[in-house]
Amino acid sequence: MNSREKILGAISINKPSLIELPVIDIKSTSSLSVDWVDEFIKTLESIGGKVVQLSSIDLIKLEIQEAKLRGEYIVNTLPVLGEVNNEINPTMEASLLESIDRAYIEGSIGVAENGSVWLYENQIKNRLLPFICQHLVICLNINKIVPNMHEAYQQVDVAKEGYGVFLAGPSKTADIEQSLVIGAHGARSLLVYLIS
Amino acid sequence: MNPKNFNRLFFVPIQGAGLSHSAAAEIFNKDEERTDWHDETLWFVREKRDKAVKQISEWEQLRTLGSDIKDHTLSNLDIYLAEFEKNAQANGIKIHWAIDAEEHNEIILGIIREQKVQQVVKSKSMLTEECHLNDYLAQRGIDVIDTDLGERIVQFRNEPPSHIVLPAIHLKKQDVSETFHEHLGTEKGNNDPQYLTEAARQHLRDKFIKSQLAITGVNFAIASTGGFVVCTNEGNADMGAHAAKIHVASMGIEKIIPKVEHLGVFLRLLARSATGQPITTYSSHFHQPRVGQQMHIIIVDNGRTKQLGRPDFRSSLKCIRCAACFNTCPVYRRSGGHSYHTAVAGPIGSILNPNLDMKANADLPFASTLCGSCSNVCPVKIDIHVQLYKWRQVLVAEGFTTGGKKVAMKGMAFVLSHPSIYRISGKIGRWIMRVFPFIFNNKSFNPWYKQREMPEAPEQSFRDWYKKNKK
Repeated sequence: MNSREKILGAISINKPSLIELPVIDIKSTSSLSVDWVDEFIKTLESIGGKVVQLSSIDLIKLEIQEAKLRGEYIVNTLPVLGEVNNEINPTMEASLLESIDRAYIEGSIGVAENGSVWLYENQIKNRLLPFICQHLVICLNINKIVPNMHEAYQQVDVAKEGYGVFLAGPSKTADIEQSLVIGAHGARSLLVYLIS
Repeated sequence: MNPKNFNRLFFVPIQGAGLSHSAAAEIFNKDEERTDWHDETLWFVREKRDKAVKQISEWEQLRTLGSDIKDHTLSNLDIYLAEFEKNAQANGIKIHWAIDAEEHNEIILGIIREQKVQQVVKSKSMLTEECHLNDYLAQRGIDVIDTDLGERIVQFRNEPPSHIVLPAIHLKKQDVSETFHEHLGTEKGNNDPQYLTEAARQHLRDKFIKSQLAITGVNFAIASTGGFVVCTNEGNADMGAHAAKIHVASMGIEKIIPKVEHLGVFLRLLARSATGQPITTYSSHFHQPRVGQQMHIIIVDNGRTKQLGRPDFRSSLKCIRCAACFNTCPVYRRSGGHSYHTAVAGPIGSILNPNLDMKANADLPFASTLCGSCSNVCPVKIDIHVQLYKWRQVLVAEGFTTGGKKVAMKGMAFVLSHPSIYRISGKIGRWIMRVFPFIFNNKSFNPWYKQREMPEAPEQSFRDWYKKNKK
C-alpha cells in the first residue's frame, strides 16, 4: 500500500460521521448607506497604500512620459495609457525584470473592507511583475469596488487563469521588534488610481 | 489550596532530551526586563487583533462559519483530498503524498537531485519546520535560504522560529543588528529597523533571482478547483515561487477547504486574528504552473490522521495558524516560544505536539493556566483550553508523568473525597504555615513560592467561619 492509500484509508477510518456543510449567509456588512469607495480609500490608506481619484487618464499618461524622460524603467501594461511594454511576457526572467522602477497594471475589482485589489495573471503579464518592480501603480475603475470578500469571490473566477492575487498595499514587515517597515521584498509603494 | 495550584506543585512531567517548558521558562524569566517587553509586545498584537475584529459586526458569525466549514471538511476529508488531487493534476500540478516527515523530506530531496538544483529558497512554512527540512537538506549538502525576514534572522542565528507568525519576536533590534553586522556586513550599532530591513531586501533579492527551486507553505487548498492560496505580507513567497523554475508547496492534509467561496470566510478571519490587519498584503492564488515551470504539491500526514481519530482532540486540526492563541496566552507571553521546544509553540502547539510524541511533549499541556483566553480568540472556535485539560488526563493515564505526580494526585483524590480528613488536613496545613512558615516560604520545597509570596494562613477555614456566622 502506498502513502496515498494509507493516508486516505486512515482518514476514512478515523473521521467523524458526516457533518453538514453550512451555507454562507453573511448579509452585506452593517448598513447599506456606507459609501464603499470611501471605505476602500480609507482602508487602503490605513495599510500604507495611496489612492488618487481621477476623472481623466491624461494625467497618468503625462506622468509616464515624464518618468521615461528621466530615464526610469517604466513598464506600462495598459494600451489606454499609450505604448505598452511588449518585452514583458510570462517567461521573462527575474534578472531582467529586476531593474523595473515602476509598473502600471490594471486591477479587476477592489474590496472595500480590506483595501485589496484582485489582479488576474493576464493583467500582470508576468507573475513577478507586481512584486519585483520597485513601485506599483494599479488603475481601477471606480465602479468596480465591492463591499467585502464574499462579494469579491462571486465576481472573480480565481481558477480561470493559472495565477491571481488579492494585493493590499505595499510590501511590508514588522519582523524587527514589531516596527512597521514598508518595502520588504515586494514593491516599496502602491498607488491606486480610481478612475471614473 | 485549590487543585490547580496543586498541579503546579507536584506535576513534574517526564521530559525527553531537552529542557522541559517550565525549566526553559525559568531561564527566559531571568531577564526580567526582556520578559516584560516580550509580554507587552505580544499583548500589543492581541490588542490590534481586538480593534480589527470589532470593526466587523458579523465577526462571531464568521467564526461560527469558519468553525462549521472546518468541521464539515474534516468529516469528509478523504473525499476532498481525492477531489483536490484530481483537479490539481488536471491543472498540471504534480501531487505527492507523504506519510511522515521523513517521506516529505525525501520527496523534496528527490526533486532537488533529479533536477540538479543548487539554489533553494523557502518562504514560511511551519510544516517544513515540523519536518526539520532545513537540517535534513543541510546534512545532504543543500542549503535552504529562508526568505521571510524573521525566519532569515533566526536562521543566521541557528535558532528555530519562536512564533509561527512572528518568528523573531524573542529578539530585540540590537540582536538583529549584531546578527546582520556579522552575516551581511551592516554597520555596527545601527539598529534602525528600516536600515536593517533594506539590507535584508538587497541580500534576499539576489537569492530570489538565482534560485532554481522555491518551497512555500499552503494556507488553503481548494478541493473544487485544485488550486491553493499562500498569504504573506513581505511578498517573499511570490518572489520565490515566480522566479524559480520549480515550485514545491508543502501542505498538511488539514489545509483543504471545499470551495472557493469558503476563502471569503477564512481570508476575513486569518489576518485580523493574526496581526490585526484587514488582510495580508498578498493573498496569492496558484492554480497552474506558469509557462515552463514545474509545480509540485506534497500532501503530508505526519500524525494528522491519528489526531483525526482522537475525538477529544481532532478539532485541533481546524487550526489556520493565525497565532492569536499565542499572543493572548499569559504563559506564552511570559515564557517565550523556545520554551515549548517544538515547531508550533503556544496553546495550539501544546495540543498538537503530544499527538506527535507523547513522551517528549508531555510537559506542554501543563504550560497553561487553563484561563480559556486562547479558545475565546480562536477564529475557528477550537476549545483549546479544554483540550489542554484533557491531554493532562491522557498523559497521566498513559504514564507519561512522574511517579510523584501520580502519588500526589491519588493522595489529593483521597483527601478530597473524605470530608473529615480534608478538614483535618486543612487545619494542619494552616498550623504549619503559621508556626513553620519557612517550609512553605522556601524555593526548594515549594516551587509555587518562586515568583510569588505565600498568603498569610487564616485562623480558621471558611467552613468554620460560616458555621459561626450563619443565621
